[in-house]
Amino acid sequence: MIPELGHFALALAVVIAGAQAVLPLLGAQWRDARLMQTAPALAIGQLIALATAYGCLVWSAVVDDFSVANVAENSNSLMPLVYKITGTWGNHEGSVLLWCLILALCGGAVAAFGRALPSSLRARVIGVLGFTSAGFLLFTLTTSNPLQRVWPPPLDGRDMNPLLQDPGLAFHPPVLYSGYVGFAIPFAFAVAALLEGRVDAAWGRWVRPWTLAAWCLLTGGIALGSWWAYYELGWGGFWFWDPVENASLLPWLSGTALLHSAIVVEKREALKIWTILLAIGTFSLSLCGTFLVRSGILNSVHSFANDPTRGVFILALLAIVIGGSLLLFALRAPVMTAAGIFAPISREGALVLNNILLCSICAVVLTGTTYPLFAELVFGAKLSVGPPYFQSTVFPLAIPLFAAMSLGPVLPWKRAELWPALLKLWWAALIATLIGIAAALGLHAGLAALGFAASAWLIAGALAELVERTRLFRAPFATVRARFGAQPLSVWGSAVAHAGMGVTVAGIAGMSLAVSTIVALHPGQNVALGGYDWTLLALRDEQGPNYTSRVADIRVSRGGDEIATFHPSRRMFTVQKTTVTDTAIQTNGLRDLYAVLGEERDGAAVLRLHVNPLAPWIWFGALVMAVGGALSLADRRQRIGAPARRAAAIRAGMAP
Amino acid sequence: MTALPRRALLLAPLGAAAIGGTGFWLLLNRMSEGSYDPHGVPSMLIGKPLPTFSLPGQPPSQGFSSADIVAARRPTLINFFASWCIPCVQEAPALVLLKRQGTPIWGIAYKDKSDATAEFLQQNGDPYTRIARDEPGNTAIDFGLYGVPESYVIDKSGIVRWRWAGGLSEDILHQSLAPLLQSLA
Amino acid sequence: MKRTAVVLLCTLLAAPAFAVSDPTELLPDRTQEQRAEALGHQLRCLVCQNESVEESNADLARDLRRIIRQRVVTGDSDQQVIDWMVARYGNFIRLRPPFNAITLGLWGAPAIALLAGVAAALIAARRRPSAPAPLTDAERRRLADLLKS
Repeated sequence: MIPELGHFALALAVVIAGAQAVLPLLGAQWRDARLMQTAPALAIGQLIALATAYGCLVWSAVVDDFSVANVAENSNSLMPLVYKITGTWGNHEGSVLLWCLILALCGGAVAAFGRALPSSLRARVIGVLGFTSAGFLLFTLTTSNPLQRVWPPPLDGRDMNPLLQDPGLAFHPPVLYSGYVGFAIPFAFAVAALLEGRVDAAWGRWVRPWTLAAWCLLTGGIALGSWWAYYELGWGGFWFWDPVENASLLPWLSGTALLHSAIVVEKREALKIWTILLAIGTFSLSLCGTFLVRSGILNSVHSFANDPTRGVFILALLAIVIGGSLLLFALRAPVMTAAGIFAPISREGALVLNNILLCSICAVVLTGTTYPLFAELVFGAKLSVGPPYFQSTVFPLAIPLFAAMSLGPVLPWKRAELWPALLKLWWAALIATLIGIAAALGLHAGLAALGFAASAWLIAGALAELVERTRLFRAPFATVRARFGAQPLSVWGSAVAHAGMGVTVAGIAGMSLAVSTIVALHPGQNVALGGYDWTLLALRDEQGPNYTSRVADIRVSRGGDEIATFHPSRRMFTVQKTTVTDTAIQTNGLRDLYAVLGEERDGAAVLRLHVNPLAPWIWFGALVMAVGGALSLADRRQRIGAPARRAAAIRAGMAP
Repeated sequence: MTALPRRALLLAPLGAAAIGGTGFWLLLNRMSEGSYDPHGVPSMLIGKPLPTFSLPGQPPSQGFSSADIVAARRPTLINFFASWCIPCVQEAPALVLLKRQGTPIWGIAYKDKSDATAEFLQQNGDPYTRIARDEPGNTAIDFGLYGVPESYVIDKSGIVRWRWAGGLSEDILHQSLAPLLQSLA
Repeated sequence: MKRTAVVLLCTLLAAPAFAVSDPTELLPDRTQEQRAEALGHQLRCLVCQNESVEESNADLARDLRRIIRQRVVTGDSDQQVIDWMVARYGNFIRLRPPFNAITLGLWGAPAIALLAGVAAALIAARRRPSAPAPLTDAERRRLADLLKS
């Protein structure tokens, strides 16, 4: 009964999306207010229908309804409740439905929060979102329907891949997809602007909050995925440049470029054509990522059930959405006229440089990921492009980017001189140089030293911007305090986000100094690593809900003082008959102690032990970046002119 | 700047997307017809002489060396197999068929214990003229092996002509192997 | 696809259980061991294809690690070890692609992307409306009148 309801809701959603694709766009074209008014209602209708469909899927999984094929293949009655729920998106069909649900959420969000938009723009944005939704929903309904029934239902499900029965990976898809799919909104804004034939400062202001929201979520999603790989896969690594990881990094890189160039559109009415292209490009990269991973043509570790016929459907969808929008771009872009002029050395110039560097990195990652495909197609050569390539090519481009990141915010708009701006950063440069030299001498690791110097530059640079704006040390304290309070949240947001990047860079530099060893220990034996003493206390068995496990108790001490006791284990899952290692990590915020239990031979357990300096900073930095983005999002200027802040600004003598 | 170069610049993203899309479509097609396998590793030995090796035998067979195969001066199939490998069980009938058609098959048991191999041969038939054992797996690496089963066709002069990664089947015998063996005879 | 046995083994065991290898594999000489590990990180495991030979727990990876260490100990240079592997498995085993005519586009990508970006920025700058022409005398007088009124 419930699955049938869900199936019907899904079909209904397809129809509503179709209407949403056609009616508002016609309304905007014919300037028919009534047709345009249908947009929010249709968007919300589609959202309700899809939420119902997804809810029915979750319900079926929770009550162990094995007549639903998706539940039978991916769930099991012994599985803990939370994984039954999160397991709905841990497979191809369910995750595609989740994708559609989030796309519908985007439409609903624009309907609910976009009331300040001019009605024709809002109608067009919702219409474009509806068009995309309709395509994906059709794909879901016809090729990847999670609510298909199977008769007779099996007695019990086939259980979920044990790798996925883990908190990090359980929540990674919704956050990641929200980011991926969230960029559909800036995409819709771009296409709407092309249809309208106008891009102005107002458009820039409207697009930015949606871009920020998607960016924050994507940052969080990528960080979650990387963190999961670190603590689950047991190799102490956190980024493998696997095609599926690159597929999430590409929209992040171009999305960051979009975020920054939208600022120039808003403030200076320049870079319009480029920003539109970036908005189309970012969502296109999200879509391509989906296609590449699900079609199976890329050699990736991500294992969805790969089916070439599904690949053709998605490719056709991509051709229409991406090809159509790029064609529209080629035809309509010349209509946009740029107004702002700026000198090369200026904040706009710095943002252009930011864009060039970010998009170059994006192009390099895209090239590396797809080169094996084209080498095979064109030359018949079988190539691999792995981490060594990406490291050699991305790092040299990242260094100038980091250098510019601190310089840009202190440059004035329109025209600036480089030397005075650099002088404002003199103490940041000094700190960075000192830290770099100290690291080089103390650690004898050039690359790590460079990383620490870059990190210091970024964090100090972010502080320097705040110091500059509040005139700290240069004006009386009362003025400083007033200016401090009058700063718009987006200033805090950008400083925090840039500093967050610095924290992540420090984490990566620290990880490059990690030490590890593999030993076979009998209970009672110990080994020294990284200045700590590691002792294996005992090996024992434990029982879980759907697995049995073998646990090692390890004590870590330093100079006689006990630092930690932790318990790496290996779990044997009864249904799928697979073994998963459960890494044990003990962190104090500045370093991670990391232990993995391997096989046992003659009573001795093989253990891999790591000491990872500054590892937590990698994901903490990403969190800080997302917080920075959220702060910017909270800036009321993003929505309407904020009277309170304006008054404070006037008092502080800042704004006209 | 005149309008035409500008138009060209604006069409560039569409052009790039079109090229990319066509490429992906071609690869998808090739994947469904089997000529493109993202996970397949092509053999480096095609057209080159047999790697030099000398392996002990699986009792009661004597072992053999690369020189023995060259000395036989006729097209031979070398088949790497193991008792722990499921596709090897599935390809056994095809190998028996091939033997009946007159092609000598020399087997190499990869990373297998002697008694396990003996049991496997008893259960699935023994199409092999000679059987050697590569327990450490070094000879297999010299062949560029990356899984079992794998089969190699060696011509009269000891040059590797063909390699199949995976289990042989009657279809493959008809379509690829039979014409090749005929041309080498 | 025919190797379901082996490939499945990898995807099910690989990611989680591949973590630990054998302590007896490690070379006693620290520098040699580091060299061997660096080489291992540059080679793809052909069974579990999205890991390097160093990370994978597949039998083939273990064998290849052993061979790398043997060759390092007998004095082969890094390039010689890689060439040995490529002779048997082709360029597919190299995670760092070779630099040849086919990979020109790959290794040139950063430079090409940067140059394209800078070129696009310059073209756009040239196209931007330049500063308005200076005012003529008549216009200046008119401006003064308007400002006074």
